Amino acid sequence: MSLDKPRVIMAMSGGVDSSLAAALLLEQDYDVIGVTMKLYSYDETGSAPEHESGCCSLDDINNARLVCSELGIPHYTLDLSGRFREMVVENFVSEYKAGRTPNPCIMCNTTIKWQALLERVVEFGADYLATGHYARIVRDENGGVYIARGLDPAKDQSYALWGIKAENLPRTLFPLGDLTKRQVRLKAGEVGLRTADTPESQEICFIPDNDYRRFLMENYPAVLESRPPGPFVDGSGAVVGEHEGIYHYTIGQRKGLGLATGERIYVNRIDLESNQVQVGSREEAMSSRLVMENCNWFISRETIPSADLSVQIRYNHAAQPATLEFQDRGQVRVKFNSPQHAITPGQSAVVYTGDRILGGGTITRTDA
Amino acid sequence: MKNTPIYLDHAAGAPVRPVVRLSLEQSLQAEPGNPSSIHSAGRAAGLRLAQARDALADQLKCKGRELILTSGATEANNLALLGIAEAQREQGRHIISSLTEHPSVSAACERLRNLGFEITYLKPDQFGRIEVQELESALRDDTILASIIWVNNELGTENPIEAIAQILKDHGALLHVDAVQVPHWRDIDTRKLPVDTMSFSATKIGALPGTGMLYVRQGVNLEPQHFGGHQEQNRRPGTENLTGIVAFAAAWEDLARKREQERKHLGQLGGRLRDQLHEISGVQINTHPEHHCDHILNFSVSGVDGESLFVRLDLEQVAVSNGSACSSGSQQPSPVLLALGLDPELARATLRLSWGASTDELEIDSFCLKLKKIIRDLRSSTDR
Repeated sequence: MSLDKPRVIMAMSGGVDSSLAAALLLEQDYDVIGVTMKLYSYDETGSAPEHESGCCSLDDINNARLVCSELGIPHYTLDLSGRFREMVVENFVSEYKAGRTPNPCIMCNTTIKWQALLERVVEFGADYLATGHYARIVRDENGGVYIARGLDPAKDQSYALWGIKAENLPRTLFPLGDLTKRQVRLKAGEVGLRTADTPESQEICFIPDNDYRRFLMENYPAVLESRPPGPFVDGSGAVVGEHEGIYHYTIGQRKGLGLATGERIYVNRIDLESNQVQVGSREEAMSSRLVMENCNWFISRETIPSADLSVQIRYNHAAQPATLEFQDRGQVRVKFNSPQHAITPGQSAVVYTGDRILGGGTITRTDA
Repeated sequence: MKNTPIYLDHAAGAPVRPVVRLSLEQSLQAEPGNPSSIHSAGRAAGLRLAQARDALADQLKCKGRELILTSGATEANNLALLGIAEAQREQGRHIISSLTEHPSVSAACERLRNLGFEITYLKPDQFGRIEVQELESALRDDTILASIIWVNNELGTENPIEAIAQILKDHGALLHVDAVQVPHWRDIDTRKLPVDTMSFSATKIGALPGTGMLYVRQGVNLEPQHFGGHQEQNRRPGTENLTGIVAFAAAWEDLARKREQERKHLGQLGGRLRDQLHEISGVQINTHPEHHCDHILNFSVSGVDGESLFVRLDLEQVAVSNGSACSSGSQQPSPVLLALGLDPELARATLRLSWGASTDELEIDSFCLKLKKIIRDLRSSTDR
């Protein structure tokens, strides 16, 4: 073992992406250490046993371990489940309780991967943390370091990475940023990785059946007791039906409302105080403004350009041209050039210039 | 700095003894044959099995028919507990064990609890040793069996098995002893020691994994837990693992021949290790200072993260065991360490070192140097 090689902690889920990322780092002559985080157990999250995929089943941990052994690198499993429960799962529950729609992946990236795991990078004597995200680290001519979109537009995951502290970017590697998913699978097959054909991971790792309502009701009934059924109202405030509790809904939701109106209606607003869920036409859910808070910026505020900015408001949204207005207490008002559908409190607003992220924050209001 | 691998995990898997290599070659050259077959090849295999069994029996000063050959010590422990409890269930339902047993004993006890037995787990002292007073006060009229480990595999602490055996004999209850770590360290004479059943593992003494043994004193009733063959006097059916058993006997004979000499070496290494650990602040030795074997030492390091300590050692090519068992899944601190009264944080920052005849002083010294450096690094990284 040469001690001159830079040492990387490679976060491995047991899937194809992180497996190939580890192989690529080895090709680039890094000293690679595979690490799998145990974040929860399915006993706790109460899902059906047939859900074997997702990054914390024993199968996945074993896969990661075997891939590492085949690559000839060490592998360790880190139990971060206490931290994950506290920082990600409990936040997930309280956000729904507050009538917002959380993005737990962003929370996990910010508080688990680039915090708890990054602490181990130091302790393990490593120089870098690497993940299998489809994103890139880029530098500008002034020495600024940014996260940029992955080159595969279908897989780009940069949106979920805005919360990483700027000072941690130079210690971060994304080996897959220049590849497409197709290339990753092909290359994984060429290298002979046993994980080359693993299925795509699901949306929320700790809810393998994707039924977040079941997850909330089974695991946090006491928390949700204070969120009883209430009225659906239309834009004029007239009651048009009864909802099952605000945590059942998200802005822009069209299915599962149980309202027969003959036209397409959407959830447009969730009001915690009155316990009302406002529904209406798509047009009624259009808005040009939002407020974001708890912001994180990769460059200083003074150097953020005023032109050529675009803002993305959810994972599958195409970033739209907008302008920023900095307020007190770190609040930022965003004004889009044209109205956007279903701006959702709890989701993130991420500010790009071209394909580079400048920063982001959590959406707190839409009607500003 | 050059990193020569340092292997201090002999209690998990000992290097194969040279005599075992020889024995394997002979086995592979032997004619095929199942010891149960009645043709000449079968008889030849049967003879090899009988010779190996007799050699193992000689080591324990018992008869060949008092040995049940198994797939390992886990099976032997399971068979002893489940088999005796089933055979004795009309005599009573109370079983005594301790909080420092191997999982193959404690899980079998829990199984018996689910089947309607009552289990009392004895608490050890801060070094994991069970005192006889603890045992005496746990005894009841309906106590049928006690299961106590002789030398604890995680700690190296020795229990007072002679005294425990006498107490149980006087009380009229049976005693099972997990003796997996004992052959390295002392000669066992079943004529003098009133133990009823005792488990052993081949891989722990430098033979092959997949082979183990349960000594069952003549006259002790034990219901089989596997069915479908006459082997091992109907108590453990299945074609015998002849190659493994022959190698087991060869390893034990070799060990017995060299024991005095090896023990001296092992003891010196242990002393050297203790001396150097005493120099490191915040290191607490969990192995009993007086009653311990010569080849295992357990210690905790305060002020460092256990996972990081273990990982850093592994990255420096040092193989040891840590205080939270597992390569995958959640890292719960070992129940044995918690039973000593260690807080979970310290239990996680605990290492079990075990060495063997092939270990030398250089390895011990080099380990201590690396450990000191890593502890210093980790403590300064948490201060930052």
